[in-house]
Amino acid sequence: MSLPTTILSPAGILGYGISERALLASVDAGVDVMIVDAGSTDPGPYMLGLGATLVSDEAYVRDLTPLLSVVAEHRIPLIIGSAGGAGTDEQVDHTVALIERIVTEAGHRPLRVASIYAEVDPQVALDALVDGRMEADVRGLLPSESAIAGCTSIVAQMGIGPFAELLDGAAPDVIVAGRAYDPAPYAAWAIRRGADPGVAWHMGKILECGGACAEPKGGGVIATVYSDRFELTPMGASQSCTPLSVAAHTLYEKRRPDLLPGPDGVLDVQACTYTALDDRTVRVAGSRHRPADALTLKLEGASVVGHRAMFIGGVRDPILIAQIQPFLDRIRGLATSMYPDLASGEAQLDFKVYGIDGVLGRLETSKQTPHEVGVLGEVTAPTPELAKEICGTVRIGVLHLGYEGQMATAGNLALPLNPIEIPVGPVCRFDLYHVIDAATLHLFTSTTRTIGPSS
Amino acid sequence: MTRLAELADVIRSKNAGPFEVTFDVIFTDAAVFETVRGSGVLTRQRMAAVFGIDDDEITYCDFFEPALAFKLTMIRQTGDQGGVGERDTFGAQQHAPLLDIEIP
Repeated sequence: MSLPTTILSPAGILGYGISERALLASVDAGVDVMIVDAGSTDPGPYMLGLGATLVSDEAYVRDLTPLLSVVAEHRIPLIIGSAGGAGTDEQVDHTVALIERIVTEAGHRPLRVASIYAEVDPQVALDALVDGRMEADVRGLLPSESAIAGCTSIVAQMGIGPFAELLDGAAPDVIVAGRAYDPAPYAAWAIRRGADPGVAWHMGKILECGGACAEPKGGGVIATVYSDRFELTPMGASQSCTPLSVAAHTLYEKRRPDLLPGPDGVLDVQACTYTALDDRTVRVAGSRHRPADALTLKLEGASVVGHRAMFIGGVRDPILIAQIQPFLDRIRGLATSMYPDLASGEAQLDFKVYGIDGVLGRLETSKQTPHEVGVLGEVTAPTPELAKEICGTVRIGVLHLGYEGQMATAGNLALPLNPIEIPVGPVCRFDLYHVIDAATLHLFTSTTRTIGPSS
Repeated sequence: MTRLAELADVIRSKNAGPFEVTFDVIFTDAAVFETVRGSGVLTRQRMAAVFGIDDDEITYCDFFEPALAFKLTMIRQTGDQGGVGERDTFGAQQHAPLLDIEIP
Protein backbone atom coordinates (compact mmCIF):
# COMPACT_ATOMS: atom_id res chain seq x y z
CA MET A 1 0.00 0.00 0.00
CA SER A 2 1.48 3.32 -0.92
CA LEU A 3 -1.30 5.89 -0.67
CA PRO A 4 -2.00 8.67 -1.16
CA THR A 5 -0.61 8.76 -4.67
CA THR A 6 -0.63 11.83 -6.92
CA ILE A 7 -1.35 11.41 -10.61
CA LEU A 8 -0.97 14.16 -13.18
CA SER A 9 -2.95 14.12 -16.41
CA PRO A 10 -1.27 16.93 -18.36
CA ALA A 11 -3.79 17.13 -21.22
CA GLY A 12 -6.99 15.58 -22.47
CA ILE A 13 -5.20 14.31 -25.58
CA LEU A 14 -1.47 14.02 -26.18
CA GLY A 15 -0.59 16.45 -28.94
CA TYR A 16 -3.28 19.06 -28.23
CA GLY A 17 -0.88 21.23 -26.25
CA ILE A 18 0.62 21.27 -22.75
CA SER A 19 1.50 24.34 -20.72
CA GLU A 20 5.09 23.77 -19.71
CA ARG A 21 4.87 26.33 -16.90
CA ALA A 22 1.82 24.65 -15.35
CA LEU A 23 3.41 21.24 -15.84
CA LEU A 24 6.59 22.20 -13.98
CA ALA A 25 4.65 23.91 -11.20
CA SER A 26 2.69 20.70 -10.66
CA VAL A 27 5.84 18.59 -10.73
CA ASP A 28 7.47 20.84 -8.15
CA ALA A 29 4.41 20.47 -5.91
CA GLY A 30 4.82 16.68 -6.01
CA VAL A 31 3.61 14.14 -8.57
CA ASP A 32 4.16 10.36 -8.60
CA VAL A 33 3.33 9.68 -12.26
CA MET A 34 2.20 11.41 -15.45
CA ILE A 35 -0.44 9.59 -17.48
CA VAL A 36 -1.90 10.86 -20.76
CA ASP A 37 -4.42 9.52 -23.26
CA ALA A 38 -3.32 9.78 -26.89
CA GLY A 39 -6.35 8.30 -28.59
CA SER A 40 -10.00 8.64 -29.47
CA THR A 41 -12.61 7.27 -31.86
CA ASP A 42 -14.23 10.70 -31.85
CA PRO A 43 -12.71 11.99 -35.10
CA GLY A 44 -13.97 8.91 -36.94
CA PRO A 45 -12.50 5.69 -38.35
CA TYR A 46 -9.65 7.18 -40.40
CA MET A 47 -6.86 6.69 -37.91
CA LEU A 48 -7.68 3.03 -37.64
CA GLY A 49 -8.59 2.56 -41.29
CA LEU A 50 -5.62 4.37 -42.78
CA GLY A 51 -3.05 4.24 -40.00
CA ALA A 52 -2.95 8.02 -39.79
CA THR A 53 -2.00 9.57 -36.46
CA LEU A 54 -4.33 11.94 -34.63
CA VAL A 55 -1.94 14.87 -34.78
CA SER A 56 1.31 15.63 -36.62
CA ASP A 57 4.76 14.54 -35.46
CA GLU A 58 5.51 18.18 -34.64
CA ALA A 59 2.56 18.30 -32.24
CA TYR A 60 3.61 15.07 -30.53
CA VAL A 61 7.19 16.28 -30.21
CA ARG A 62 6.04 19.62 -28.82
CA ASP A 63 4.06 17.87 -26.07
CA LEU A 64 6.47 15.00 -25.42
CA THR A 65 9.55 17.19 -25.03
CA PRO A 66 8.67 18.77 -21.66
CA LEU A 67 7.15 15.50 -20.41
CA LEU A 68 10.33 13.58 -21.18
CA SER A 69 12.45 16.24 -19.50
CA VAL A 70 10.42 15.63 -16.35
CA VAL A 71 10.88 11.87 -16.73
CA ALA A 72 14.63 12.19 -17.19
CA GLU A 73 15.36 14.87 -14.58
CA HIS A 74 12.76 14.17 -11.89
CA ARG A 75 12.49 10.39 -12.40
CA ILE A 76 8.72 10.59 -12.64
CA PRO A 77 7.33 7.89 -14.95
CA LEU A 78 5.17 8.65 -17.99
CA ILE A 79 2.39 6.40 -19.31
CA ILE A 80 0.75 6.97 -22.69
CA GLY A 81 -2.47 5.16 -23.63
CA SER A 82 -3.84 4.56 -27.15
CA ALA A 83 -0.64 5.87 -28.72
CA GLY A 84 -0.92 7.54 -32.10
CA GLY A 85 -4.67 7.96 -31.92
CA ALA A 86 -5.92 4.47 -32.80
CA GLY A 87 -3.31 2.56 -30.81
CA THR A 88 -2.10 0.26 -33.61
CA ASP A 89 1.25 -1.50 -33.30
CA GLU A 90 2.75 0.82 -35.89
CA GLN A 91 1.52 3.87 -34.00
CA VAL A 92 3.05 2.51 -30.77
CA ASP A 93 6.40 2.01 -32.50
CA HIS A 94 6.14 5.44 -34.15
CA THR A 95 5.56 7.08 -30.77
CA VAL A 96 8.54 5.24 -29.28
CA ALA A 97 10.68 6.40 -32.22
CA LEU A 98 9.69 10.02 -31.53
CA ILE A 99 10.52 9.53 -27.85
CA GLU A 100 13.90 8.07 -28.76
CA ARG A 101 14.63 11.02 -31.03
CA ILE A 102 13.75 13.54 -28.32
CA VAL A 103 15.73 11.76 -25.62
CA THR A 104 18.78 11.37 -27.85
CA GLU A 105 18.77 14.94 -29.12
CA ALA A 106 18.30 16.34 -25.60
CA GLY A 107 21.13 14.22 -24.23
CA HIS A 108 18.91 12.81 -21.46
CA ARG A 109 19.94 9.82 -19.38
CA PRO A 110 18.96 6.51 -21.00
CA LEU A 111 15.32 5.64 -20.34
CA ARG A 112 13.61 2.27 -20.00
CA VAL A 113 10.67 2.32 -22.41
CA ALA A 114 8.01 -0.38 -22.49
CA SER A 115 5.67 -0.89 -25.43
CA ILE A 116 2.33 -2.68 -25.03
CA TYR A 117 0.70 -3.89 -28.24
CA ALA A 118 -3.04 -4.01 -28.74
CA GLU A 119 -3.43 -5.20 -32.32
CA VAL A 120 -5.31 -8.42 -32.72
CA ASP A 121 -5.30 -11.06 -35.43
CA PRO A 122 -8.58 -11.05 -37.41
CA GLN A 123 -8.90 -14.73 -36.55
CA VAL A 124 -9.55 -13.75 -32.94
CA ALA A 125 -12.55 -11.70 -34.03
CA LEU A 126 -13.73 -14.36 -36.49
CA ASP A 127 -13.51 -17.10 -33.86
CA ALA A 128 -15.44 -14.99 -31.37
CA LEU A 129 -18.14 -14.28 -33.96
CA VAL A 130 -18.51 -17.91 -35.03
CA ASP A 131 -18.42 -19.23 -31.44
CA GLY A 132 -21.12 -16.82 -30.34
CA ARG A 133 -18.74 -14.93 -28.05
CA MET A 134 -19.31 -11.56 -29.72
CA GLU A 135 -22.06 -9.21 -28.50
CA ALA A 136 -24.21 -7.33 -30.95
CA ASP A 137 -23.56 -3.59 -30.98
CA VAL A 138 -26.01 -0.99 -29.72
CA ARG A 139 -27.80 -1.08 -33.08
CA GLY A 140 -28.27 -4.84 -32.64
CA LEU A 141 -25.79 -5.66 -35.40
CA LEU A 142 -22.92 -8.12 -35.67
CA PRO A 143 -20.23 -7.79 -38.35
CA SER A 144 -20.06 -10.21 -41.25
CA GLU A 145 -17.02 -12.44 -41.64
CA SER A 146 -16.04 -10.55 -44.79
CA ALA A 147 -16.28 -7.21 -42.95
CA ILE A 148 -13.89 -8.52 -40.31
CA ALA A 149 -11.52 -9.80 -42.97
CA GLY A 150 -11.64 -6.41 -44.72
CA CYS A 151 -10.48 -4.43 -41.70
CA THR A 152 -7.17 -2.65 -42.19
CA SER A 153 -6.30 -3.33 -38.58
CA ILE A 154 -8.09 -4.54 -35.49
CA VAL A 155 -7.23 -3.43 -31.97
CA ALA A 156 -8.60 -4.49 -28.61
CA GLN A 157 -9.10 -1.92 -25.84
CA MET A 158 -6.86 -3.19 -23.06
CA GLY A 159 -7.93 -2.98 -19.42
CA ILE A 160 -5.66 -2.74 -16.40
CA GLY A 161 -3.97 -6.14 -16.79
CA PRO A 162 -1.17 -5.30 -19.24
CA PHE A 163 -0.27 -2.16 -17.25
CA ALA A 164 -0.34 -3.96 -13.93
CA GLU A 165 2.16 -6.54 -15.17
CA LEU A 166 4.65 -3.80 -16.05
CA LEU A 167 4.09 -1.86 -12.84
CA ASP A 168 4.58 -4.92 -10.64
CA GLY A 169 8.29 -5.13 -11.28
CA ALA A 170 10.68 -2.20 -11.52
CA ALA A 171 8.44 0.26 -13.33
CA PRO A 172 9.80 1.50 -16.67
CA ASP A 173 10.45 5.21 -17.15
CA VAL A 174 7.94 5.32 -20.00
CA ILE A 175 5.11 3.00 -20.99
CA VAL A 176 3.70 3.45 -24.50
CA ALA A 177 0.52 1.44 -24.84
CA GLY A 178 -1.56 0.71 -27.87
CA ARG A 179 -5.32 0.96 -27.74
CA ALA A 180 -6.50 1.06 -24.15
CA TYR A 181 -9.85 1.60 -22.48
CA ASP A 182 -9.31 5.27 -21.73
CA PRO A 183 -9.35 5.13 -17.90
CA ALA A 184 -7.30 1.91 -17.73
CA PRO A 185 -3.73 3.25 -17.28
CA TYR A 186 -4.87 5.60 -14.52
CA ALA A 187 -6.87 2.89 -12.76
CA ALA A 188 -3.98 0.43 -13.07
CA TRP A 189 -1.59 2.80 -11.29
CA ALA A 190 -3.98 3.59 -8.47
CA ILE A 191 -5.10 -0.01 -7.92
CA ARG A 192 -1.50 -1.19 -7.77
CA ARG A 193 -0.93 1.39 -5.03
CA GLY A 194 -3.83 -0.04 -3.03
CA ALA A 195 -6.78 2.17 -3.96
CA ASP A 196 -10.28 0.72 -4.03
CA PRO A 197 -11.13 -0.16 -7.65
CA GLY A 198 -14.22 2.08 -7.65
CA VAL A 199 -12.06 5.04 -6.63
CA ALA A 200 -9.41 4.12 -9.19
CA TRP A 201 -11.75 3.67 -12.14
CA HIS A 202 -13.74 6.81 -11.44
CA MET A 203 -10.53 8.81 -11.10
CA GLY A 204 -9.36 7.35 -14.42
CA LYS A 205 -12.65 8.18 -16.12
CA ILE A 206 -12.17 11.84 -15.18
CA LEU A 207 -8.42 12.14 -15.63
CA GLU A 208 -8.35 10.70 -19.13
CA CYS A 209 -9.98 13.91 -20.34
CA GLY A 210 -7.46 16.14 -18.58
CA GLY A 211 -8.88 19.48 -17.48
CA ALA A 212 -12.30 18.91 -19.07
CA CYS A 213 -13.60 18.57 -15.49
CA ALA A 214 -12.45 22.08 -14.60
CA GLU A 215 -13.99 25.50 -15.01
CA PRO A 216 -13.03 26.86 -17.50
CA LYS A 217 -12.23 23.55 -19.12
CA GLY A 218 -8.91 22.68 -20.70
CA GLY A 219 -5.33 21.83 -19.85
CA GLY A 220 -4.50 19.22 -17.25
CA VAL A 221 -5.68 17.97 -13.87
CA ILE A 222 -4.09 16.37 -10.81
CA ALA A 223 -5.68 13.64 -8.74
CA THR A 224 -4.63 12.75 -5.22
CA VAL A 225 -5.87 9.23 -4.64
CA TYR A 226 -6.60 7.76 -1.22
CA SER A 227 -7.85 4.29 -0.49
CA ASP A 228 -11.51 5.35 -0.41
CA ARG A 229 -11.69 8.72 -2.21
CA PHE A 230 -9.85 11.03 -4.55
CA GLU A 231 -9.33 14.76 -4.85
CA LEU A 232 -9.06 16.79 -8.05
CA THR A 233 -7.25 20.06 -8.69
CA PRO A 234 -6.70 21.61 -12.13
CA MET A 235 -3.13 21.91 -13.38
CA GLY A 236 -3.72 25.53 -14.44
CA ALA A 237 -3.68 28.11 -11.65
CA SER A 238 -6.56 30.11 -13.10
CA GLN A 239 -8.93 27.15 -13.29
CA SER A 240 -11.08 25.49 -10.63
CA CYS A 241 -12.64 22.10 -10.11
CA THR A 242 -16.11 22.51 -8.63
CA PRO A 243 -18.59 19.82 -7.59
CA LEU A 244 -20.76 20.69 -10.60
CA SER A 245 -17.89 20.82 -13.10
CA VAL A 246 -16.64 17.42 -11.94
CA ALA A 247 -20.08 15.79 -11.78
CA ALA A 248 -20.95 17.20 -15.20
CA HIS A 249 -17.89 15.58 -16.68
CA THR A 250 -19.34 12.13 -16.01
CA LEU A 251 -21.92 12.97 -18.68
CA TYR A 252 -19.39 13.72 -21.40
CA GLU A 253 -19.35 11.48 -24.48
CA LYS A 254 -21.03 8.59 -22.68
CA ARG A 255 -24.39 6.93 -23.25
CA ARG A 256 -25.26 7.22 -19.56
CA PRO A 257 -23.71 9.02 -16.60
CA ASP A 258 -24.26 6.51 -13.81
CA LEU A 259 -23.05 3.09 -15.01
CA LEU A 260 -19.88 2.98 -17.10
CA PRO A 261 -18.90 -0.46 -18.41
CA GLY A 262 -15.33 -1.40 -19.19
CA PRO A 263 -13.23 -4.49 -19.81
CA ASP A 264 -12.74 -5.30 -16.13
CA GLY A 265 -16.27 -4.53 -14.95
CA VAL A 266 -18.77 -1.72 -14.46
CA LEU A 267 -18.10 1.57 -12.69
CA ASP A 268 -21.13 2.64 -10.67
CA VAL A 269 -21.18 6.32 -9.71
CA GLN A 270 -24.83 6.53 -8.70
CA ALA A 271 -24.01 7.04 -5.02
CA CYS A 272 -21.09 9.41 -5.47
CA THR A 273 -20.68 12.61 -3.55
CA TYR A 274 -18.80 15.61 -4.90
CA THR A 275 -17.57 17.99 -2.19
CA ALA A 276 -15.66 21.24 -2.54
CA LEU A 277 -12.59 21.24 -0.30
CA ASP A 278 -11.66 24.76 -1.31
CA ASP A 279 -12.53 26.98 -4.23
CA ARG A 280 -10.64 24.83 -6.75
CA THR A 281 -10.38 21.30 -5.30
CA VAL A 282 -13.12 18.67 -5.21
CA ARG A 283 -13.28 15.43 -3.25
CA VAL A 284 -15.10 12.51 -4.87
CA ALA A 285 -16.25 9.58 -2.76
CA GLY A 286 -18.69 6.70 -3.07
CA SER A 287 -17.61 5.31 -6.44
CA ARG A 288 -18.09 1.55 -6.74
CA HIS A 289 -16.71 -0.95 -9.23
CA ARG A 290 -18.53 -4.18 -9.92
CA PRO A 291 -15.91 -6.57 -11.30
CA ALA A 292 -16.85 -8.57 -14.35
CA ASP A 293 -17.29 -12.32 -13.99
CA ALA A 294 -14.99 -12.76 -16.95
CA LEU A 295 -12.80 -10.42 -18.94
CA THR A 296 -14.51 -8.85 -21.93
CA LEU A 297 -12.73 -6.76 -24.55
CA LYS A 298 -14.03 -4.27 -27.08
CA LEU A 299 -12.57 -4.80 -30.53
CA GLU A 300 -12.27 -1.91 -32.95
CA GLY A 301 -11.64 -2.36 -36.64
CA ALA A 302 -12.00 -0.09 -39.65
CA SER A 303 -11.85 -0.69 -43.37
CA VAL A 304 -11.60 1.39 -46.50
CA VAL A 305 -14.99 1.24 -48.19
CA GLY A 306 -14.34 3.42 -51.22
CA HIS A 307 -12.91 6.63 -52.57
CA ARG A 308 -14.59 10.00 -52.53
CA ALA A 309 -14.81 13.10 -54.72
CA MET A 310 -16.82 16.23 -53.99
CA PHE A 311 -17.90 19.61 -55.28
CA ILE A 312 -19.38 22.55 -53.40
CA GLY A 313 -21.29 25.52 -54.77
CA GLY A 314 -23.68 28.22 -53.65
CA VAL A 315 -27.16 28.90 -55.00
CA ARG A 316 -28.53 32.44 -54.71
CA ASP A 317 -31.45 32.16 -57.12
CA PRO A 318 -34.68 32.04 -55.03
CA ILE A 319 -36.61 30.26 -57.79
CA LEU A 320 -34.20 27.32 -57.66
CA ILE A 321 -33.88 27.41 -53.87
CA ALA A 322 -37.64 26.97 -53.58
CA GLN A 323 -37.43 23.68 -55.49
CA ILE A 324 -33.88 22.57 -54.70
CA GLN A 325 -34.78 19.15 -53.28
CA PRO A 326 -36.86 17.93 -56.25
CA PHE A 327 -34.20 19.43 -58.54
CA LEU A 328 -31.43 17.41 -56.90
CA ASP A 329 -33.63 14.30 -56.92
CA ARG A 330 -33.96 14.66 -60.70
CA ILE A 331 -30.19 14.86 -61.07
CA ARG A 332 -29.79 11.81 -58.86
CA GLY A 333 -32.21 9.94 -61.13
CA LEU A 334 -30.31 10.94 -64.27
CA ALA A 335 -26.92 10.02 -62.77
CA THR A 336 -28.25 6.67 -61.58
CA SER A 337 -29.47 5.85 -65.07
CA MET A 338 -26.07 6.77 -66.53
CA TYR A 339 -23.88 4.87 -64.06
CA PRO A 340 -24.58 1.20 -63.28
CA ASP A 341 -22.41 1.50 -60.14
CA LEU A 342 -24.82 4.06 -58.71
CA ALA A 343 -27.79 1.88 -59.60
CA SER A 344 -26.25 -1.18 -57.97
CA GLY A 345 -25.10 0.64 -54.84
CA GLU A 346 -21.38 0.05 -55.51
CA ALA A 347 -21.12 3.83 -55.71
CA GLN A 348 -23.08 6.35 -53.67
CA LEU A 349 -24.15 9.92 -54.32
CA ASP A 350 -25.07 12.22 -51.45
CA PHE A 351 -26.15 15.86 -51.43
CA LYS A 352 -26.08 18.11 -48.42
CA VAL A 353 -27.92 21.42 -48.75
CA TYR A 354 -26.54 23.89 -46.24
CA GLY A 355 -29.11 26.47 -45.31
CA ILE A 356 -31.95 23.94 -45.40
CA ASP A 357 -30.95 20.65 -43.75
CA GLY A 358 -27.23 20.15 -44.31
CA VAL A 359 -26.44 19.55 -40.64
CA LEU A 360 -29.50 17.75 -39.30
CA GLY A 361 -30.84 16.03 -42.41
CA ARG A 362 -34.15 14.39 -41.60
CA LEU A 363 -33.91 15.59 -37.97
CA GLU A 364 -34.31 19.18 -39.12
CA THR A 365 -37.50 20.88 -37.91
CA SER A 366 -36.98 24.40 -39.24
CA LYS A 367 -39.03 25.28 -42.31
CA GLN A 368 -37.54 28.70 -43.02
CA THR A 369 -36.50 29.42 -46.61
CA PRO A 370 -33.02 30.91 -46.76
CA HIS A 371 -31.86 33.49 -49.29
CA GLU A 372 -28.91 31.33 -50.25
CA VAL A 373 -27.93 27.68 -49.89
CA GLY A 374 -24.69 25.73 -50.21
CA VAL A 375 -24.87 22.47 -52.15
CA LEU A 376 -22.24 19.90 -51.27
CA GLY A 377 -22.20 16.91 -53.58
CA GLU A 378 -20.16 13.85 -52.66
CA VAL A 379 -19.63 10.67 -54.60
CA THR A 380 -18.06 7.53 -53.16
CA ALA A 381 -16.99 4.81 -55.58
CA PRO A 382 -14.69 1.77 -55.65
CA THR A 383 -11.94 3.81 -57.36
CA PRO A 384 -10.91 7.46 -57.14
CA GLU A 385 -11.21 7.74 -60.92
CA LEU A 386 -14.82 6.59 -60.99
CA ALA A 387 -15.68 8.83 -58.04
CA LYS A 388 -14.24 11.83 -59.89
CA GLU A 389 -16.03 10.91 -63.10
CA ILE A 390 -19.45 10.50 -61.52
CA CYS A 391 -18.88 13.63 -59.44
CA GLY A 392 -18.08 15.59 -62.60
CA THR A 393 -21.23 14.41 -64.35
CA VAL A 394 -23.36 15.25 -61.32
CA ARG A 395 -21.80 18.67 -60.96
CA ILE A 396 -22.40 19.46 -64.60
CA GLY A 397 -26.04 18.43 -64.12
CA VAL A 398 -26.47 20.63 -61.06
CA LEU A 399 -24.82 23.55 -62.87
CA HIS A 400 -26.68 23.34 -66.19
CA LEU A 401 -29.99 21.55 -65.86
CA GLY A 402 -33.09 23.70 -66.29
CA TYR A 403 -35.99 23.90 -63.85
CA GLU A 404 -39.55 25.19 -63.66
CA GLY A 405 -39.74 28.99 -63.95
CA GLN A 406 -35.99 29.36 -64.53
CA MET A 407 -34.88 32.91 -65.40
CA ALA A 408 -31.14 32.62 -64.72
CA THR A 409 -30.23 30.39 -67.62
CA ALA A 410 -26.42 30.68 -67.58
CA GLY A 411 -25.49 28.54 -64.59
CA ASN A 412 -27.09 27.32 -61.35
CA LEU A 413 -24.09 27.31 -58.99
CA ALA A 414 -21.59 29.82 -57.65
CA LEU A 415 -18.49 27.62 -57.61
CA PRO A 416 -15.73 28.94 -55.38
CA LEU A 417 -12.98 26.38 -55.96
CA ASN A 418 -10.84 25.11 -58.78
CA PRO A 419 -10.46 22.35 -59.67
CA ILE A 420 -14.21 22.02 -59.31
CA GLU A 421 -14.34 18.29 -58.58
CA ILE A 422 -12.06 17.64 -55.65
CA PRO A 423 -10.74 14.21 -54.68
CA VAL A 424 -11.28 13.74 -50.95
CA GLY A 425 -9.50 10.42 -50.55
CA PRO A 426 -10.38 7.04 -49.06
CA VAL A 427 -13.58 6.61 -47.08
CA CYS A 428 -13.35 4.50 -43.94
CA ARG A 429 -15.95 2.83 -41.77
CA PHE A 430 -15.93 1.18 -38.36
CA ASP A 431 -16.75 -2.41 -39.30
CA LEU A 432 -15.92 -3.70 -35.86
CA TYR A 433 -16.85 -2.03 -32.59
CA HIS A 434 -17.96 -5.05 -30.66
CA VAL A 435 -17.39 -6.58 -27.27
CA ILE A 436 -16.11 -10.15 -27.09
CA ASP A 437 -15.85 -12.62 -24.24
CA ALA A 438 -12.08 -12.73 -23.82
CA ALA A 439 -11.80 -14.99 -20.78
CA THR A 440 -9.42 -17.46 -22.38
CA LEU A 441 -7.47 -15.02 -24.52
CA HIS A 442 -4.03 -13.55 -23.91
CA LEU A 443 -3.94 -10.77 -26.43
CA PHE A 444 -1.54 -8.11 -25.22
CA THR A 445 2.23 -8.45 -25.44
CA SER A 446 4.84 -6.02 -24.26
CA THR A 447 8.53 -5.45 -24.80
CA THR A 448 10.90 -3.23 -22.87
CA ARG A 449 14.13 -1.69 -24.05
CA THR A 450 16.51 1.06 -23.16
CA ILE A 451 16.70 4.11 -25.36
CA GLY A 452 18.94 7.14 -25.31
CA PRO A 453 22.29 8.53 -26.32
CA SER A 454 24.43 5.64 -25.12
CA SER A 455 22.15 2.80 -26.25
CA MET B 1 -43.80 28.82 -20.38
CA THR B 2 -40.05 29.21 -20.71
CA ARG B 3 -37.74 27.85 -23.39
CA LEU B 4 -35.23 25.24 -22.24
CA ALA B 5 -32.49 27.45 -23.73
CA GLU B 6 -33.29 30.12 -21.17
CA LEU B 7 -33.34 27.68 -18.22
CA ALA B 8 -30.22 25.63 -18.89
CA ASP B 9 -26.58 26.60 -18.83
CA VAL B 10 -25.42 23.96 -21.30
CA ILE B 11 -27.34 22.24 -24.10
CA ARG B 12 -25.03 20.15 -26.24
CA SER B 13 -24.71 17.03 -28.36
CA LYS B 14 -21.66 14.78 -28.84
CA ASN B 15 -20.75 11.33 -30.07
CA ALA B 16 -20.97 8.53 -27.53
CA GLY B 17 -18.91 6.03 -29.51
CA PRO B 18 -19.36 5.68 -33.28
CA PHE B 19 -23.02 4.63 -33.26
CA GLU B 20 -24.69 6.90 -30.74
CA VAL B 21 -25.14 10.61 -30.13
CA THR B 22 -25.70 11.84 -26.59
CA PHE B 23 -27.34 15.11 -25.54
CA ASP B 24 -26.70 16.88 -22.22
CA VAL B 25 -28.90 19.62 -20.76
CA ILE B 26 -27.11 20.98 -17.70
CA PHE B 27 -28.59 23.44 -15.19
CA THR B 28 -26.68 25.41 -12.59
CA ASP B 29 -29.59 26.05 -10.23
CA ALA B 30 -30.97 23.14 -8.20
CA ALA B 31 -34.46 24.70 -8.04
CA VAL B 32 -34.59 25.13 -11.81
CA PHE B 33 -33.41 21.54 -12.22
CA GLU B 34 -36.25 20.37 -9.96
CA THR B 35 -38.80 22.42 -11.87
CA VAL B 36 -37.72 20.94 -15.18
CA ARG B 37 -37.56 17.41 -13.80
CA GLY B 38 -40.92 17.83 -12.11
CA SER B 39 -42.61 19.25 -15.21
CA GLY B 40 -42.65 15.83 -16.85
CA VAL B 41 -41.89 17.38 -20.24
CA LEU B 42 -38.53 15.69 -20.91
CA THR B 43 -39.61 12.10 -21.46
CA ARG B 44 -38.61 9.41 -23.96
CA GLN B 45 -41.86 9.89 -25.84
CA ARG B 46 -41.41 13.65 -26.08
CA MET B 47 -37.78 13.30 -27.18
CA ALA B 48 -38.76 10.79 -29.86
CA ALA B 49 -41.38 13.25 -31.09
CA VAL B 50 -39.04 16.25 -31.04
CA PHE B 51 -36.48 14.42 -33.17
CA GLY B 52 -38.98 12.49 -35.26
CA ILE B 53 -37.50 9.11 -34.42
CA ASP B 54 -38.87 5.84 -33.09
CA ASP B 55 -38.89 5.38 -29.35
CA ASP B 56 -36.59 2.36 -29.64
CA GLU B 57 -33.85 4.48 -31.22
CA ILE B 58 -33.40 6.09 -27.80
CA THR B 59 -30.86 4.22 -25.68
CA TYR B 60 -30.96 6.42 -22.57
CA CYS B 61 -33.19 9.21 -21.28
CA ASP B 62 -33.01 10.32 -17.65
CA PHE B 63 -32.06 13.00 -15.14
CA PHE B 64 -28.71 12.91 -13.29
CA GLU B 65 -29.00 14.90 -10.10
CA PRO B 66 -25.32 15.15 -9.06
CA ALA B 67 -24.68 17.23 -12.17
CA LEU B 68 -28.14 18.88 -12.24
CA ALA B 69 -28.48 17.46 -15.73
CA PHE B 70 -30.77 15.72 -18.16
CA LYS B 71 -29.24 13.23 -20.59
CA LEU B 72 -30.63 11.75 -23.77
CA THR B 73 -28.78 9.24 -25.96
CA MET B 74 -29.94 7.92 -29.32
CA ILE B 75 -28.67 5.84 -32.18
CA ARG B 76 -26.80 8.12 -34.58
CA GLN B 77 -29.21 9.48 -37.18
CA THR B 78 -26.82 11.40 -39.41
CA GLY B 79 -24.89 8.62 -41.15
CA ASP B 80 -22.04 6.19 -40.40
CA GLN B 81 -19.50 8.12 -38.41
CA GLY B 82 -16.92 9.55 -40.81
CA GLY B 83 -18.43 7.55 -43.65
CA VAL B 84 -20.58 8.03 -46.72
CA GLY B 85 -23.27 10.63 -46.10
CA GLU B 86 -21.78 11.77 -42.79
CA ARG B 87 -23.18 15.13 -41.74
CA ASP B 88 -21.58 15.71 -38.36
CA THR B 89 -18.38 13.80 -37.57
CA PHE B 90 -18.22 14.85 -33.92
CA GLY B 91 -21.98 14.76 -33.43
CA ALA B 92 -21.71 18.20 -31.92
CA GLN B 93 -24.30 20.18 -33.87
CA GLN B 94 -27.53 18.27 -33.32
CA HIS B 95 -28.81 19.97 -30.16
CA ALA B 96 -30.91 22.72 -31.77
CA PRO B 97 -34.29 20.90 -31.54
CA LEU B 98 -33.89 20.93 -27.74
CA LEU B 99 -33.48 24.70 -27.43
CA ASP B 100 -37.10 25.62 -28.07
CA ILE B 101 -38.77 23.04 -25.85
CA GLU B 102 -41.15 24.88 -23.56
CA ILE B 103 -41.27 24.16 -19.84
CA PRO B 104 -44.30 25.36 -17.85
